[in-house]
Amino acid sequence: MSALEKVLDQYNSRVYKNRKEHMVDIGNNENDNQIAANVRTIPGIITQRGCCYAGCKGVVLGPIKDALQIVHGPIGCSYYAWGTRRHKGKKEEGIDNFLQYSFSTDMQEPDIVFGGEKKLKQSITEAIDLFHPSTIFICSTCPVGLIGDDIHAVARWAETEYGIKCIAYSCEGYKGVSQSAGHHIANNQIMRFVIGEGDRQIKNKFSVNLLGEYNIGGDGWETERILKRIGYEVVSTFTGDSSMEDLKNAHLANLSLVQCHRSINYIAEMIEEKYGTPWMKVNFIGVKGTMETLRNIAKYFNDAELTRKTEEVIADEIGLIHDDMAYYKSKLKGKTAAIYVGGSRSHHYQFLLHDLGVNTVLAGYEFGHRDEYEGREVLPFIKPDADSKNIESITVEPDKEKYHLYLSEEEIGKLKEEKLIDYYGGLIKDMPDGTYMVDDLNHYETEEFLKVLKPDIFFSGIKDKFIAQKSGILSRQLHSYDYSGPYAGFRGAVNFARDVTMGIYTPAWSFVKAPWKTAPILEGTLGGE
Amino acid sequence: MLDYTKKEPYERTALRVNPAKTCQPVGAMYAALGVHECLPHSHGSQGCCAFHRMFLTRHFKDPAMAASSSFTEGASVFGGGSNLRTAAKNIFEIYNPKIIAVHTTCLSETIGDDLNEIIKSIDIPEGKFIVHTNTPSYKGSHITGFSNMVGSFISYLSVKTGKSNGKTALIPGFVNPGDMREMKKIARQMKVPFTMLPDTSGVMDSPMTGKFEMYPKGGTTVEEVIELGDCDQTLAIGKFSSEWGGQTLQKKCDVPYKLLSMPIGITQTDNFVMALQSISKAEVPYELEEERGQLVDILIDIHPYTYNKKVAIYGDPDTVIGLTEFVLEMGMIPKYVLTGTPGEAFENEVKGLFEKYGMKDCQVKAYGDLYELHQWIKNEGVDLLIGGTHGKHIARAEDIPFIRAGFPIIDRYVHSYMPLVGYKGGMRLAELITNALMDRQDRDSLEEDFEMVM
Repeated sequence: MSALEKVLDQYNSRVYKNRKEHMVDIGNNENDNQIAANVRTIPGIITQRGCCYAGCKGVVLGPIKDALQIVHGPIGCSYYAWGTRRHKGKKEEGIDNFLQYSFSTDMQEPDIVFGGEKKLKQSITEAIDLFHPSTIFICSTCPVGLIGDDIHAVARWAETEYGIKCIAYSCEGYKGVSQSAGHHIANNQIMRFVIGEGDRQIKNKFSVNLLGEYNIGGDGWETERILKRIGYEVVSTFTGDSSMEDLKNAHLANLSLVQCHRSINYIAEMIEEKYGTPWMKVNFIGVKGTMETLRNIAKYFNDAELTRKTEEVIADEIGLIHDDMAYYKSKLKGKTAAIYVGGSRSHHYQFLLHDLGVNTVLAGYEFGHRDEYEGREVLPFIKPDADSKNIESITVEPDKEKYHLYLSEEEIGKLKEEKLIDYYGGLIKDMPDGTYMVDDLNHYETEEFLKVLKPDIFFSGIKDKFIAQKSGILSRQLHSYDYSGPYAGFRGAVNFARDVTMGIYTPAWSFVKAPWKTAPILEGTLGGE
Repeated sequence: MLDYTKKEPYERTALRVNPAKTCQPVGAMYAALGVHECLPHSHGSQGCCAFHRMFLTRHFKDPAMAASSSFTEGASVFGGGSNLRTAAKNIFEIYNPKIIAVHTTCLSETIGDDLNEIIKSIDIPEGKFIVHTNTPSYKGSHITGFSNMVGSFISYLSVKTGKSNGKTALIPGFVNPGDMREMKKIARQMKVPFTMLPDTSGVMDSPMTGKFEMYPKGGTTVEEVIELGDCDQTLAIGKFSSEWGGQTLQKKCDVPYKLLSMPIGITQTDNFVMALQSISKAEVPYELEEERGQLVDILIDIHPYTYNKKVAIYGDPDTVIGLTEFVLEMGMIPKYVLTGTPGEAFENEVKGLFEKYGMKDCQVKAYGDLYELHQWIKNEGVDLLIGGTHGKHIARAEDIPFIRAGFPIIDRYVHSYMPLVGYKGGMRLAELITNALMDRQDRDSLEEDFEMVM
């Protein structure tokens, strides 16, 4: 029986039929590695997925430091998003930073019965009195959508009443099937009301946006450091350590770099459509991944000096980490890993693991869509279902004044053909035959796959971390890096290698079995001799 | 750090800033994990379940297992009945728990799902159980949710047969497994046969064995919950987290309950011991007297470092009341006492303690938030801050020594194994408090005043 069959075996026929579609034994299947993704979780299944609100407020909006974010709803949702998603933000002169605060309307029973708009308005008034923000975001939670509070009208009211920017996000938890719906809702509003409003002077033609980079453990800073060293100007980062001012100017860049494809591919497309800035899928995780990415970006800008500088920086950075990486590789070579996180991360980290001689035997996404697995070529074949139709999708037109092209249309066309820009190949192309790709890996399947595949490390989130560890397998959180990092770029690779090595070689593993469990207990004699 | 928090008082009526509480379902989930072979189930969209599991896991550094009804828009409009029915079937088939403990969310409460009716329509396998509790997030706090779930276990399951089992029902309140172990130890020392509900020891502090157990050894068994109806009395520990359970058992099975404060500090541990003694009529064993004497000895030894020191305490009401009384016993001044859980009783009880110890200028507030606590501290500082992790920004902003006690503690390890209750818990708290203050004295002293012996 294959590993997949072993895992699926205990399901009843309905669950079996459903979950089978979400699992691929790469190279060994009849349906050409096709996978089901972005569909509902089966009720009762212990899933690791979160909700629309978590994607909107927790992931995309949370890191924007100078927007005061009021969560409209009962207290819990605001409380859980308070400092728990790890996105670092620096203090900057003249820019507000509200990251240490949690704001909520703390709705009570009467607000649910009689409506909460009045309380929301009063909350905005109080927030303005106390904090004087230039921007307020309102995020709604489940009951708000049900009782019908018009948060968008309240946002308009706040803008007129107080002359600030106020954007509402209808990101009730029940929308869509995972966090992914929330990313979409957040980005739609940012596209509508933020991007394009800035008029910053961009001094450098090698100007880029860093999209889908949320600065976990300082990844965004490390990536920016390398890019700046080569000579790029980072116009905006979506949304790690970002300010509204940065986001407003995103349209001025000459290229958008997309790190997390899932959370932001549509914004990248819309920026291109409206302002002419193409996007490139990048990966700053892993030594080879970073190197390849830097070369691809240089190829796009097609400038001899930039290309030279790129090679110089790569050589220098690699020189600095070479010995460390060689040491860690000697400690990790031959180990195996399973990864289950996010939208692009399960893909990216395989490169870094590969740098260290670690092979990934199982990978999957928590909220990926088919294109993150199979590549963008499947986009025309993805059929929208009721859940995806419930998530608003917006269209944009070219902006007559702000549309600009860095390359000629012909050059852009050529790069598109080469799949250097506007393309993502997905996870599958980098996973060898005989490995497994599983969408929305749930608790039961995690437990079973770990038993069957016995990887040395399981990369996941906090909810499943201790499940793996209790069963004797090292687990490190790839959502939060277990509060270490950064893991991006060259230096980040060393941090990652160090963390995994210390996990594998921690002496405590050798104490899991008490000595009396294996030693002969009684010394006796046979037959009364 | 918290640069925007102003000193000037400001009356807020709507905006909550940096809350000192969270919502009901996470408390219900925690209570449900204290029943053996129970799988908590969150009836709503799956984000709630993910958040609660995340939070419990971060506090306990142990798996918190729970399932979700995974509502999408359809269920939100047409009701979650079919989701729960499907969920129950799948849960019993895949995870094979003995019992599923369903709690609602603000979503399922707002659409008005009738859990009683839905559960009645479920085909529950022989020997298995489903219970539920209503935990609207827009009422009370996580403490309310905990209390509601305990009550529901009892009202669903406990049965009075008319024949006493000679046991005492012990409802420990929203505390760590380490506290539950300590309370059980004392009950055993006092020779009181008991059943504790819920009991997360062994579940949320389970040992490393190299094998993951979906249902670890710990937890109150369903049989024990059923037999609670035949107990002679209940000791409900903590008005906010346990009285409802005591009342429910009294109402349903005629078991009288006695309400105790959380046994934190000397007085309340004494009360706990004497309450047990009045049940068993047993002598207090020397080991317990010895522990008590050790704690008193410690408090006398450390008094030069603790006396008249001002403390701010925040967190869950039962724990905060206990901590307040203990710091008063230590000669400290509980300058500010705050909880996020609404309830006038909290303020009255704390005011009673202020009065008992002759405290004039101390402040107490139920239903407050950490922004307000910070404002108070800005106006008149304290020497020590005690509470869960979320106070760390205040501690840093105002440069105040900080010890973590209560829930949640998501930035430190080992706390959940160590009791705050009992004389042992008192010793631990005394150590944490004194060392924090002495570390500060060392740090702040001039070089010529830096002492080898203190």
